Amino acid sequence: MKITLRIWRQPDRDAAGAMATYEVDGISPDMSFLEMLDVLNEELALAGGDPVAFDHDCREGICGMCSLVINGLAHGPEALTTACQLYMRHFTDGQVIDVEPWRATPFPVLKDLVVDRGALDRIVAAGGYISAPTGAAPEAHSVPVPRKDAERAFDAAACIGCGACVAACPNGSASLFLGAKITHLGALPQGQPERDARALAMVEQHDAEGFGGCSQIGECTAVCPAGIPLDMISQLNHDVLAALPRGKDQRG
Amino acid sequence: MNGYYAGGDPLVDTKDPGGPLTERWDKRRFEAKLVNPANRRKRTVIIIGTGLAGGSAAATLGEAGYQLKVFCYQDSARRAHSIAAQGGINAAKDYRNDGDSVQRLFYDTVKGGDYRSRESNVYRLAQVSAAIIDQAVAQGVPFAREYGGLLDTRSFGGVQVSRTFYARGQTGQQLLLGAYQALERQVAAGTVELNTRHEMLELIVIDGKARGVVVRDMVTGAFETHLADAVVLASGGYGNAYHLSTNAMGCNVSATWRAHRKGAYFANPCYTQIHPTCIPVSGEHQSKLTLMSESLRNDGRIWVPAVAGDTRDPALIPEAERDYYLERTYPAFGNLVPRDVASRAAKQQCDAGRGVGPGGLGVYLDFKDAIKRLGRETIEEKYGNLFDMYAKITDEDPYSTPMRIYPAIHYTMGGLWVDYDLESTVPGLFVIGEANFSDHGANRLGASALMQGLADGYFVLPGTIGDYLATNPLPAGIDATHPAVLEAEAAVRERTARLLAVNGSRTVDSFHRELGSILWEYCGMERNEEGLTKAIGLIRELREAFWADVKVTGVNEELNQSLERAGRVADFFELAELMCIDALHRRESCGAHFRTESRTPEGEALRIDEEYSHVAAWEFAGDGAPPILHREHLGFEHIKVQARSYK
Repeated sequence: MKITLRIWRQPDRDAAGAMATYEVDGISPDMSFLEMLDVLNEELALAGGDPVAFDHDCREGICGMCSLVINGLAHGPEALTTACQLYMRHFTDGQVIDVEPWRATPFPVLKDLVVDRGALDRIVAAGGYISAPTGAAPEAHSVPVPRKDAERAFDAAACIGCGACVAACPNGSASLFLGAKITHLGALPQGQPERDARALAMVEQHDAEGFGGCSQIGECTAVCPAGIPLDMISQLNHDVLAALPRGKDQRG
Repeated sequence: MNGYYAGGDPLVDTKDPGGPLTERWDKRRFEAKLVNPANRRKRTVIIIGTGLAGGSAAATLGEAGYQLKVFCYQDSARRAHSIAAQGGINAAKDYRNDGDSVQRLFYDTVKGGDYRSRESNVYRLAQVSAAIIDQAVAQGVPFAREYGGLLDTRSFGGVQVSRTFYARGQTGQQLLLGAYQALERQVAAGTVELNTRHEMLELIVIDGKARGVVVRDMVTGAFETHLADAVVLASGGYGNAYHLSTNAMGCNVSATWRAHRKGAYFANPCYTQIHPTCIPVSGEHQSKLTLMSESLRNDGRIWVPAVAGDTRDPALIPEAERDYYLERTYPAFGNLVPRDVASRAAKQQCDAGRGVGPGGLGVYLDFKDAIKRLGRETIEEKYGNLFDMYAKITDEDPYSTPMRIYPAIHYTMGGLWVDYDLESTVPGLFVIGEANFSDHGANRLGASALMQGLADGYFVLPGTIGDYLATNPLPAGIDATHPAVLEAEAAVRERTARLLAVNGSRTVDSFHRELGSILWEYCGMERNEEGLTKAIGLIRELREAFWADVKVTGVNEELNQSLERAGRVADFFELAELMCIDALHRRESCGAHFRTESRTPEGEALRIDEEYSHVAAWEFAGDGAPPILHREHLGFEHIKVQARSYK
C-alpha cells in the first residue's frame, strides 16, 4: 500500500506547529498504524530528516500511552481500539491520512504528536484512591462484595487513562475519565468512607487544570478504547451532587 | 573458559538469617535496625521505575514517612509494563480448601524454578503472598468474585491447587492501578517527588556506596544529578535485548546495566523465559509480539502438518495428515506441558519445515474439537477476549480456522544479584521486581511475577531497607560538586555526545533487529557451545559496527526518541554478550535454559546438580576484559531435589 500522511510537526512546546506531508510506500495491511509510522521514521532518519515523535509503549492496547488523532478521530476509525492496535488493513491504498496530537488546553504539545497528560495524574493525586496504607489491610474476605458491584467497579477500572475522551470532547472535558474513577471506587464498600471527599476533590482539580465541563455530547464514550459508558458521567454527577451539601469533610 | 570469563571467589554472604525456615523472615525483621519515625523524613530514597515493584515500594516507603524521588521513562507512573500482565497473581490463601499452603507454594516455586533459586527467599515470598491480596482488595482492586461476594480463584500454569486471583484478563493493570493510586496519594502528601519522562543513565557511587543517579529529562535533554541515602532499582527485565518480545517498546536494561558496570553483580543473565502462545511474526516490520494467555492450551490442540512444506489450508488437511506432536510425545501432559517444553517443541517442528503461516514460523492451536465438545458459547465465554484480540491482529477468525501461535521472549529470570535484604553487591543499591534475579530460579511459574513484584515492593524492601538507612546515612557535606557526581555526569555527557557524533548510515532499529536475531538464534530456546561461541563473535562485530556506523538523528537538547533508543541498544549489546557467556558457562539444561549437549537419552533436559547448583553472579571487570564469575552455592535442606519429567 502507498499512503500519504499529513502529520502535525512542532519542534517543542513553545514553537508554532504545522501539518507536513509525507509519502510512505510498501506498507503491508498487516502492519499496525504505529509500525507504519516506524517505517516512515526509518526513512526520515536515513534521509537526514527528523523522525516524527509519538508516544507509545506496550503496543497491545493496555498502557494508554499512544495518543493519535487519526483523520479527526482519537485513536482512529475502529471502535474499542487504541492507535497501537489499529491495523493498516482498515485503510485503502493511496489514502490520505491526517495524524494529529491530542488537542486540549490542559495537554500542551511537547513535540510533534507527544503531549503532556500530567493533568490526569494530578486529578488522581487529588483523591482518586482509597487510603489503605500498606500493612493496615484487613483479611480480604472480611468484606464480601456483591458480584454485580465488583463487575461494575471493574467495568469502570478498565479505563486506560489515555485521554482520548478529552481529545474527542468539544469542551475539552475529562468527565469520562473522572466518572470512571469515581464509579470504580464508589461501587466498592472499601471506597465509601472517602466517597464524598473524593468526588469533590477530583472535580475541583479537574476544573483547576482547565478541563471543560460536560454537556453530554458523548464523543468521549464513542472513542473510548476501553468502552467506558456515558452513564459513568451520570454517576459522577450523582456523587458530586450528593457530596456538595455535606462538604469534603463529611465522609460517607 | 577459552578466555571468555575469569573465575572469582565464591559468593558466601547472602545475609540469610538462618534458623528454622519458617521463622527466618520474622527473625530478620526483628534484628533489622529501625529508623525513628521522626527521622524518616530526613532520609531520601531514589526509586527507578514505577511498575508493580517500584510503585508499591514508593507508596509504602512514603506512607512510612521517608522522602522519595521516583523516576520513570513513561509519561505517567501508571503505564509501566506490569500493566500488561493478563493471567493473575498467586497467593497461598487456601480459600478453596484444596490443600494449598505457604509450604506448597514454596515447594511449587522452587520446583518450577528447577532448583535454581534460594530456599529462604522463596519461602518468604510464599509467606507474604496472602497479605498482597488483602492489600490489593483494601485499595479497591476489582478482583473477580463469586456470586456470594467472595474472591474467585483459578488454577494456573499446571499447578494442582486453585491459588490464582485474577481480574478478568487484566490482573496486572488492576494491581498496577492500585499501586499507582497509592503512589499518587503520596505525591499529594508530599513524600514522593515523581519525575516522569526521566531516564536513569548512570549510578552514582560514593565511597563504595550507592548515593544517587544521573537522569536525563527526556523532554529537554537536561542531565540531572540526584543524591539520596539509598537507591532502589525497579526497572524491570531485559527481554527487549531480543528486539522482538512481549515487553513494551521502551523496556530496557540501562538502569541495571549501568549499575552492573559500577559494581553490582549480574546474576543468571541467560535465564530467559520464552512463552509458547504468542501471535506469530507477520513480517519484517514487526515491532513487538503479543502474548495470549496460556490458558488457551487448556482447550486448544496444537498441531502441524505431518509432512514438511504442506501449505494447504488447514481445513483441507485431514486428521491422518496432522501431527499433534505434544499429545504424541508427552501423552501424560499433552498440550499442557510447561512453557519451555511447549516452546522448544514448536521451534523444533518449524526448524524441520513443518511450520505454518508467514515464513513457516508458527504452529496451529486448534479449537475445533473443543467447540464441538463444549459448544461455541462456552468457548466464547472462556476465551472471547483472546479470540477477539487474535482476530484484530491477524484478521483471521479463530472460531473457524485454527489460531497460529509461536513462542516469544516474555520474562527474564536473571537480573542483578541481591542478598536476602534485596541489596546488591553495591551497598545501598537495592533491586526489586523483575530487575533482580531472586525467587524464580531458572524458570518462573505463571502468575508469580505479579506476586514477586508486589511482595518486594509492599513488604520485603520496606522490611529491610530501614536497616541500611538507620546506619548508613548520606554523609553531610556531599553535594552535586562531589568528584564522583561530576564524574558520573561527565560520563553520561561524553557517551551521549559519542552516540550523536557517529552520524553513520544505519538506524538504531536496524542494529537492534540484527542483535535480536543473533540472540534468538543462538541464545534462545536451545543453546550449545558452538552457537554461543559464534554468537559472541557476531555480537562483538555488530557492536563495533554500531559504534562506527549508527545514525542517531537530532541533538540532545530536545525530545529525541532516536537518542533514547540508541542508548538502550548500546547497553543491550554489552548485556547480550554476557548472556551468551553465562549460557556458555552453564553446560547443563535447567528450567528455561536448554543446552543441547545436556540431554537424557530420550532427548529431554538434563540438569547437572553436582556442577551447577549455583547462582552465577558476574562481576564487570572493565570494557573488553572477561567478566568474573562468582558462584553462590544453592543448598536444599527443606525440599528434595528431583528430576523434571513430563513423559
